[in-house]
Amino acid sequence: MSPVSLRRWGWIHKWSSLVCTIFMLLLCLTGLPLIYHHEIGHLLGTEVEPPVLSSPMPQGNVDAVIASAKELYPTKLPMFISQEADVPEIWNVTLADHMHDHDYKPIAVDARTTKVIEEPAFEGGVFMSTMLALHVDLFMGLPGMLFLGFMALLLLVAIVSGAVLYSPFMRKLDFGTVRKERSSRLKWLDMHNMLGIVTLVWLFVVGGTGMINTWADLMYKYYQRNELASILKQYEGKKPLPHTASVHDAIETARAALPGMRVAFVAFPGTDFSSAHHYGIFMNGNEAFSSRMYRPVLVDANSGELTDAPELPWYLKALLVSQPLHFGDYGGQWMKFLWAVLDIATIIILGTGLYLWLKRGKAGKTSTRIATRAHETPATPALARRAEPS
Amino acid sequence: MIRTPLQIWGAPIVIGILTTIGLISALLGDGVWDAVSAITLGIPCLLGFWYCVRRAPKQRIGH
Repeated sequence: MSPVSLRRWGWIHKWSSLVCTIFMLLLCLTGLPLIYHHEIGHLLGTEVEPPVLSSPMPQGNVDAVIASAKELYPTKLPMFISQEADVPEIWNVTLADHMHDHDYKPIAVDARTTKVIEEPAFEGGVFMSTMLALHVDLFMGLPGMLFLGFMALLLLVAIVSGAVLYSPFMRKLDFGTVRKERSSRLKWLDMHNMLGIVTLVWLFVVGGTGMINTWADLMYKYYQRNELASILKQYEGKKPLPHTASVHDAIETARAALPGMRVAFVAFPGTDFSSAHHYGIFMNGNEAFSSRMYRPVLVDANSGELTDAPELPWYLKALLVSQPLHFGDYGGQWMKFLWAVLDIATIIILGTGLYLWLKRGKAGKTSTRIATRAHETPATPALARRAEPS
Repeated sequence: MIRTPLQIWGAPIVIGILTTIGLISALLGDGVWDAVSAITLGIPCLLGFWYCVRRAPKQRIGH
């Protein structure tokens, strides 16, 4: 690499990372508890446990489940009902004033007895919901989300430029060398380079999938206006009729349409996951990969007839695959632990990067010169080369 | 001694491949697939930790 291009890559690395560092530190710190949100929920008691019944009971009527929840808030409307794969004893019902209400009420209902279990803490309580908001959109909705997506893009630029700069810095060093006995700047530079290269692929994937996740809302909107709109051509211009069809029967219809799949959640008419006329019943499989691949079944909310069970378009499938790769929630406890370790390694990389920038100046120029000169070996006298710290 | 590109990039490429295997494996299945992920993602973590804490080997002059 020529000294000019080295300097250019150095400039790209410096500015792309400087701009995003403070936000990336925030994302790493808030992401850490999010890795363990289930465990923290259990500890804080915000996770709802299904009551133990004296004798086993089959799943009850879903309409009765919704009715029980509505008794708590008679004026509110159901927005979603969902069931986790490993907790089929509970229906999580969210009630809201309108279908884009952010201040919805979550209610846990026993799927067997159809009685309300409790009204759980909103999004896992104050601590976890604050962590989540800081991690996802900085309390600013879509603009905040897209802003963090742009910061993630800068992170990707910083990773690529960092990888380009790695080889000139390593021309005279063995892999993994951390020179601790010289200056502390040199030690942190080596640590930055070593941890950066070791976590490179992981951080690129987590950063990239994080960026894709920030576009989720835009993708749903695009889907509704395009693929979904063409599936629902027959409804064009029609006023939505009252949602009188039974949700319980709609779920049975969906199960019959896609046998072997389970119901993950039902989106009510007017939400982002359905149309104005339909219950959007989202089914998934129960294996590692198929549990990520949701498939919607659209059931007319007035007639109860099946409209369609369309495959999701490629970009929504890509989004669904990118989610586990960002969350690290698909490989059990070991994976969560390694996600946490790599998250901490990232914090060290960000911190050392910031330190190296603050301690720039003379030392910074020297280290760039060393890296530059390593390429001009013929022009540099052997003795001078030997005197350089390596 | 100036390192060749293979000397510089050999270990990072192996680590990158291991990480990629680890990220994909657990997506494909449970049980043994999760174990493969734990091992292949664990190696970069262990290496990073080891290089952070180990005492640097004595560097020869002119190295």
